[in-house]
Amino acid sequence: MSSPEPRWTLRGPNTGDRAYRVVLTGLALVLPLLILVLFAQLVVSALPAIAKFGPSFLWTSTWDPVAEVYGAAPMIFGTLASSFLALLIAIPLAVGVAIFLTEFAPRWLRQPVAFLVELLAAIPSVVYGLWGIFVLIPFLRAHVVPPLKAVLGWTPFFQGAFYGNSLLAGGIILAIMVVPYIAAVSREVLLAVPSSQREAALAMGATRWEAVRSAVLPYGRAGIIGAIILGLGRSLGETMAVTMVIGNRHDIGLSALQPAYTMAAAIANEFTEATTDMYLSALFEVGLILFIITVAVNALARLLIWRVARGAAVGSRAL
Amino acid sequence: MGPGANARLRLETVRLTALFNGQPAVRDVSLLFPAHTVTAIIGPSGCGKSTFLRCLNRMHELSAGGTVQGQVLLDEVDIYARDVNPVELRRRIGMVFQRPTPFPTMSIYDNVAAGLRVNGRRSRSDLDTAVERALGQAALWDEVRDRLHTSALELSGGQQQRLCIARAIAPQPEILLLDEPTASLDPAGTQRIEELCHALKRHYTIVIVTHNLQQAARVSDYTAFFYLGRMIEVGRTGELFTKPQVEQTEAYITGRFG
Repeated sequence: MSSPEPRWTLRGPNTGDRAYRVVLTGLALVLPLLILVLFAQLVVSALPAIAKFGPSFLWTSTWDPVAEVYGAAPMIFGTLASSFLALLIAIPLAVGVAIFLTEFAPRWLRQPVAFLVELLAAIPSVVYGLWGIFVLIPFLRAHVVPPLKAVLGWTPFFQGAFYGNSLLAGGIILAIMVVPYIAAVSREVLLAVPSSQREAALAMGATRWEAVRSAVLPYGRAGIIGAIILGLGRSLGETMAVTMVIGNRHDIGLSALQPAYTMAAAIANEFTEATTDMYLSALFEVGLILFIITVAVNALARLLIWRVARGAAVGSRAL
Repeated sequence: MGPGANARLRLETVRLTALFNGQPAVRDVSLLFPAHTVTAIIGPSGCGKSTFLRCLNRMHELSAGGTVQGQVLLDEVDIYARDVNPVELRRRIGMVFQRPTPFPTMSIYDNVAAGLRVNGRRSRSDLDTAVERALGQAALWDEVRDRLHTSALELSGGQQQRLCIARAIAPQPEILLLDEPTASLDPAGTQRIEELCHALKRHYTIVIVTHNLQQAARVSDYTAFFYLGRMIEVGRTGELFTKPQVEQTEAYITGRFG
């Protein structure tokens, strides 16, 4: 009499799971690989320009496609200056919104306002640009620039005529665009501050504002700095809206009223007319510089946020 | 029961009821805290003893849905009266929590000075003196005098809790509320805090919430037993632990429940 067929077997490969894992691992690796390939491609394409102009590409200002002489200093300056201006405006606004929403707003108001602020991030940047041209710039010309020039006209930052398209307009547009990022991440950072810290401050007789200043903000300090740097990363790379209002002039000037240029704007504007190999290569080098700066800035931001959140899911939703 | 005949009355609750979203967590508690005594509040978890404590410095109203009925009198002034500023009140009533809550970005010195700074004291020499006195009273000075400007996080749990006591007493409040201050400490740390209670009652009126009966017996002059949000019994600690008047109290202190 033969032994009965076993009802199940313990041996044999788990083919389904194994295949599943291989496929998913492959898909997950594609993305980091893409960054590396992108970086390598940028380097290769920029090589002719790097070889010809060397490091002086970073600090010379001539951008002459006819003579084939390229220096990216005005764009690098414009990118940094417009982002700096944007942060100057956005930081108090965004951190203020975050503090209001976590510490002071009545509970029923918190979610709706947070939602609306984050919705700002969903508006396409070309729409911001359009709004900048037809609403913001006329408004600046009529109501903001005259008093600014009257009070601060003697400083180097507000000299010269205001034609509309300017560093100031670019900085303000960028500020509005990065506020939702900084506000959303700051809000999550502040929400992650243990309530025991607030209570400890309030129990020793601190007012709500003193509790925020002495206990809540210091506790979330690194995370808020991370949020700001994340906003900086956003504004460094922002292209469309800035191109539409910043004036696109290869020039370094301290005055915020004058036109400027950014790296992202230059690439977007000029790649169609880059008819020679060297022109194209110079634009690729600009792209490489922008790539390196934004990746470094973002890495730093995430490191700071991660350090403050350590384990908690701070910022993960907003990022 | 109640205060000794000649003890000066400082703090008193009159039919105090504390609610969360309309649901009472503490019902109808009337209790006296004589000056310069330690009163322990004991009871099983969830009996409302911490909530009751948080009503005494108006911290309860900061919790979501927290409201209060009845009165809390501080020197015969109702602290829930309309014209009382809770911020000023909390400057007169210090509080220490279950877990140590040092401010992690501040040094030891700045942690103690934080309580003084919100009270508007800024001068360096004044702060130096007050910080040293508070750390001294909290029995921490000798351990930290050489590293006042290092991070408060480098202290052990017990030291952090004494630092929080120093921070609470630095502005010289009149009353000190301790909410299970030794719950997260080891026996040695617990012993230091208990010794502190004895020393501190010369300067302050102390209310301590604890679920450790031995601790209540060791540190307090009066003990109140809470159960299911009501105060079941209050009396001199020695009497309450040896001759409880109410059946439930006896059951709890002899370990039959809780």
